Amino acid sequence: MGKVVFKRPKSLADVPTHYCPGCPHGIVHRIIAQCIDDLGIQQRTVGIAPVGCSVLAYNYFNCDFFEASHGRAPAVATGAKRARPDLIIFAYQGDGDLASIGTAEIVHACNRGEKITVIFINNTVYGMTGGQMAPTTMPGQVTTTTPYGRDVNSIGWPIRVCELLSSLKTEAFIARVSMHSAREIVNAEKVIKKAFELQIANRCFTFVEVLSSCSTNWGMTPVEAQKWIEKEMVPYYPLGVFKSPNGDESKN
Amino acid sequence: MAKVLMKGNEALAEGAIRAGCKLFFGYPITPQSEIPEYLSRRLPEVGGCYLQAESEVAASNMLYGAAGVGERVFTSSSSPGISLMAEGLSYIAGAQLPVVVLNMVRGGPGLGGILPAQSDYLQATKGLGHGDFRLLVLAPSTVQEAADLIVDAFDLADKYRNPVMILGDGMLGQMMEPVEFKDRPKSKDLPPKTWAATGLVPGKKKSIINSLYLDPLELEANSWELKAKYDAMARDELRWEQFNCEGEYDVLIVAYGSMARICKTTIELLKKRGVSVGLFRPITVFPYPYKQLSDAAQKAKMVFCVEMSTGQMLDDVKIALEGSRPIHFYGRTGGIVPSPEEVLRQVERIRNGEEVDKVWER
Repeated sequence: MGKVVFKRPKSLADVPTHYCPGCPHGIVHRIIAQCIDDLGIQQRTVGIAPVGCSVLAYNYFNCDFFEASHGRAPAVATGAKRARPDLIIFAYQGDGDLASIGTAEIVHACNRGEKITVIFINNTVYGMTGGQMAPTTMPGQVTTTTPYGRDVNSIGWPIRVCELLSSLKTEAFIARVSMHSAREIVNAEKVIKKAFELQIANRCFTFVEVLSSCSTNWGMTPVEAQKWIEKEMVPYYPLGVFKSPNGDESKN
Repeated sequence: MAKVLMKGNEALAEGAIRAGCKLFFGYPITPQSEIPEYLSRRLPEVGGCYLQAESEVAASNMLYGAAGVGERVFTSSSSPGISLMAEGLSYIAGAQLPVVVLNMVRGGPGLGGILPAQSDYLQATKGLGHGDFRLLVLAPSTVQEAADLIVDAFDLADKYRNPVMILGDGMLGQMMEPVEFKDRPKSKDLPPKTWAATGLVPGKKKSIINSLYLDPLELEANSWELKAKYDAMARDELRWEQFNCEGEYDVLIVAYGSMARICKTTIELLKKRGVSVGLFRPITVFPYPYKQLSDAAQKAKMVFCVEMSTGQMLDDVKIALEGSRPIHFYGRTGGIVPSPEEVLRQVERIRNGEEVDKVWER
């Protein structure tokens, strides 16, 4: 008899996704679903999908879900959690959604210490609309709306959301992980699980930024895109735990 | 229960609590700030949650979250703030969620002023946000009626899974009147909220609170499902008041909210002069009691629409009358509230075959 060493978590729906080949969204979805399974919270977890590539995330999880308007997932999560504190609420947002149109909502949800978990996918572009500049686009990076490369003198530097949120005094768990290697993916699961555990303990606002890729809009193969994360993004967006209620911060 | 003296805003806030609402998300704006102030004190007393949002945009999306998990939720604002809430309310209507929202209207456009106005009628009844949706809109005329209607508003929102708006004005919010909170039995015939996203427990279907339909046929079906609800509201939920309409009258005044109340005083003054004028006051302004207004107008030689706007409900009056009676209009805006005597002068003028006095042209 063979031993099952890998299977689909029951919180992950058995359906094909619309994501491009090589897109890490599926990996992050799987990690979240695995955490939900491992923590035994499927029956009381409610997800919030954003506007962007993961707009249809509600189809890919076996748990109740909301589809929020652009950038407002932390506000929707706030309403749901304040109404039903017994539920485990997670929001899943991209960089345009969270760091541009939804800046006010994420800052204030964090500052109020909402007992929710926000998973923030940073792939430096607006993927769904065809690869336009995002607030996290790297200096000099060419996108469909920065054909000459992002000019930081004209439009500023990419926003480092973890650092921004960590400046707030309210207790929180804030971490940045990456999808650029198997080792980092394994670590991402540990960190995301920690965030859910803190929410279950009703401890604090929990936030995990995931450095991700968009090989379609970057014009790279998935392997090249993984290397680009490591070479271009990680030096600017350092990995680690920026803030933790347990005082176990660990910047790389 | 004995009567208590309360501001309109406070009576509405207490009414929401009496309706079993334990959640309020809002943002301060004049002339409704007494509502968040009152609820920030009262809601913790009843085990509820008051939360001051970072903006009206966020507040409307918090409403979406709270309503989506099946709880009664309320917000209040005033004109510029309601414009910001349009986003959330469109998603709420699209996802068919019950919420109650209050607009204590102030003059506009833009930042406008802080004094009473009825200049958001078209926004409330015709097009609050993007997409093919409507709110059920109730327009109280007194503090007592406001306290009563807000309880009904929560039931109606649950019944239709649709946002319900209380359309007031700064005058209703700020004035004090004796008000009685009636003990009312809890509505039994409201359907259970099986659609709410409260967790995927065994035996329950997965709930997705959503307004996204990428398949045009599905989106069209949703739009017609919404339309069927609005048709049902027009059939079952119309509310209106007729005042001094029992006998003969040659002028029928049409007004709503605070303006209708002022017109009642005008009608009393006219009675003393031996002139009989009727009043038709829509209480639901969406759906609008078109047929009822038309019927009431047939006894009159002319209809006189009075508003604190440059003529917004006037469109509905024209639709109701289908050209069957001449319509005169008098409107003050910018926060100016016409006095009963001012309205009386206009009634005298139109009865004499003259145009209304365009005092604002002075």
